[in-house]
Parts: sequence; C-alpha cells; structure tokens
Amino acid sequence: MSAKTQSLLWVAQRASAAVLALCVIVHLGTMIYAIRGGLSASEILSRTQGSVGWLAFYSVFVLAVAVHAPIGLRSVLLEWLGWRGASRDVFLAGVAIVLAGLGMRAVVGVFA
Amino acid sequence: MRDFEVPRHASQTVLDVVTHIQRALDPALAYRFACRVGVCGSCAMTVNGVARWTCRTHIDKAVRNRNEITIEPLRNLPVIRDLVTDMREFFDKWARAKGSFQGDRSRRDDFSRIPSEGASRKQIDAAIECIGCGVCYSSCDVVSWNPDYLGPAALNRAWTLIRDERDTASIERLRAVAGDAGCHSCHTHMSCTERCPKGISPTAGIAGLKREVSLALLRGQL
Repeated sequence: MSAKTQSLLWVAQRASAAVLALCVIVHLGTMIYAIRGGLSASEILSRTQGSVGWLAFYSVFVLAVAVHAPIGLRSVLLEWLGWRGASRDVFLAGVAIVLAGLGMRAVVGVFA
Repeated sequence: MRDFEVPRHASQTVLDVVTHIQRALDPALAYRFACRVGVCGSCAMTVNGVARWTCRTHIDKAVRNRNEITIEPLRNLPVIRDLVTDMREFFDKWARAKGSFQGDRSRRDDFSRIPSEGASRKQIDAAIECIGCGVCYSSCDVVSWNPDYLGPAALNRAWTLIRDERDTASIERLRAVAGDAGCHSCHTHMSCTERCPKGISPTAGIAGLKREVSLALLRGQL
C-alpha cells in the first residue's frame, strides 16, 4: 500500500472520528431523554419505523464505524501482532464489510 | 549487569561516574562521549530506566534511593558493547526522511532574506537545536513496536526543512514522511517531548507534518 493511500486512510479515520463524536452525543442524548419516563421496545419501534430521519442518522453512524474501526485495528494488528502486508488489509476489508453489514441490518430492522 | 562502588562528589554527573568506572575499576568498559558539555549528543544512556544525556545529568537528579543508579545503553538500538549502541539505523532514518536541505540558489545569488519574526522561522527555531543524541528515539514506544517507524528525531528534522522557505524538496519530503513508517504512526504519547534534553517538542513537529501531508493530499500534490 502506498504512502498516499496510507495518508488517505489516516484522513478517513480522523474524519469518521469527527462524525462519530457527533453521532454518539446525539445517540446517547436521545436515549437518555426518551427513556426518562420508561419506554417499551414496541414504543421505540413505533417511533423509528418509517422514520427516514433516523434511518439516515443511523446509516451514517454505522458507515462511520465501518470506516473508523478497521483503520484503527490496522495499527493495533501491526503494533501488537506484527501483522503487516496485503493479508492484513484484506482481513480488515472483511472486518469493514461485516461491521457495515451487521450494522445496516440492525438499522433496516428498526426502520422497516 | 555489574555493580560498582563509585565515590560521590559535588556536582558529579552520570558521565563522571561512568568515566570513573572505566579509569579506575574496569578499563574494558565501552561507552561513548566527546564534548562533555551537552553539545555533541554522543553520551546518551538509559539512567534508572530513563534515557538521558549523561554529561548534563547530575547524580543528585538521577539517584532514586540508597545512592544507587542503574546505567544501561539506549533502548530501541542494537548494542555494540556495554553502553555503546549502533546509531546507524537512527541516522539512516534521517536520510530516509529526506533530512538534508535542498535549495536552488548558487553562490552567485544574493542571500535569502528570512525575517526572524516570521511564523515559519519561529517554528524552525523551536525545533532546530537537535543534537542527534537519540534520547527521543530510545524513549519512543512506536519505534519499539514498529521498527520501520522513522522516529521523532528524523521527523523533527524533516519538519524544520518543510518550514524552510528556501527548501525546494517539500513534496518529496512529505511523501517520505507520510504513512505507516512516518508521521501517521505517531500516537502522541509525547515521551520524546518529555525526555528531549534540548526542550524540543518533536510531537508538535509531527503534528505539523500530519497537517502538511493532509493539505498536500487534498491539493492532489502527493
């Protein structure tokens, strides 16, 4: 992988971290606010199902995680296990796909 | 590891102790020094687990308890013998980070005029006094985890040249310091900044390199 691509990954991780910081605040804030008086699963679903706003918000959240986590894991695998080269990057592309797939499945699950 | 008893003197430095051991107790002890006044950067060792320039480290500062100190070679570098490390990799990385000035003027041109109050000149002033002692390199966790990492000193050197208005190799240098072996691997632990005997902050320079690489990337120059 070229130094240019590695630099791009670094920028992508910083940018996704900025998105995640915002998403986590909105997610936690909404959760704490909504649950104050007690809220059942069906009541939560009645608010999220069909809501395009929440669909968009959580889609961005999940995709930011799928970008952010594997890039961080890339350094961890090098520094802790000494794993480098193409095999590590193929593995991490797989991690990104799994994170995005599972995350989007959950997002669609509460939307549909 | 061997134990020696060394007489205590006023204003005694760690280098004085090592010198006493070699002259009076063990003539075969190998260590490296030259100027003894904090200019040459050749006497750095690990003192009580911390990398230090031994010629400017007083024993009073280094002794923790029971009047004992442990002196070891610098970490993250191969040991040649006793307290002498092989510095080749350390300096090869300066070359890999394109740590030499490249200009486009000849002796027939006039002097460049760089205002001493200019922003980039001030950034250079803050980073230029490196003596190449290897204390930062020895203290850096990322170097120990990732042997390819260029390290704080080489990156700091690159940063001083990136800020140099006369230098003409900025883009090549940014390419050399970008990526896994370069500035992007720094975790900002700041051990280099804490330990640098010259009070330089390589961490600040590395952060500057990250900014410059990102800007060059966005401009399509990398």
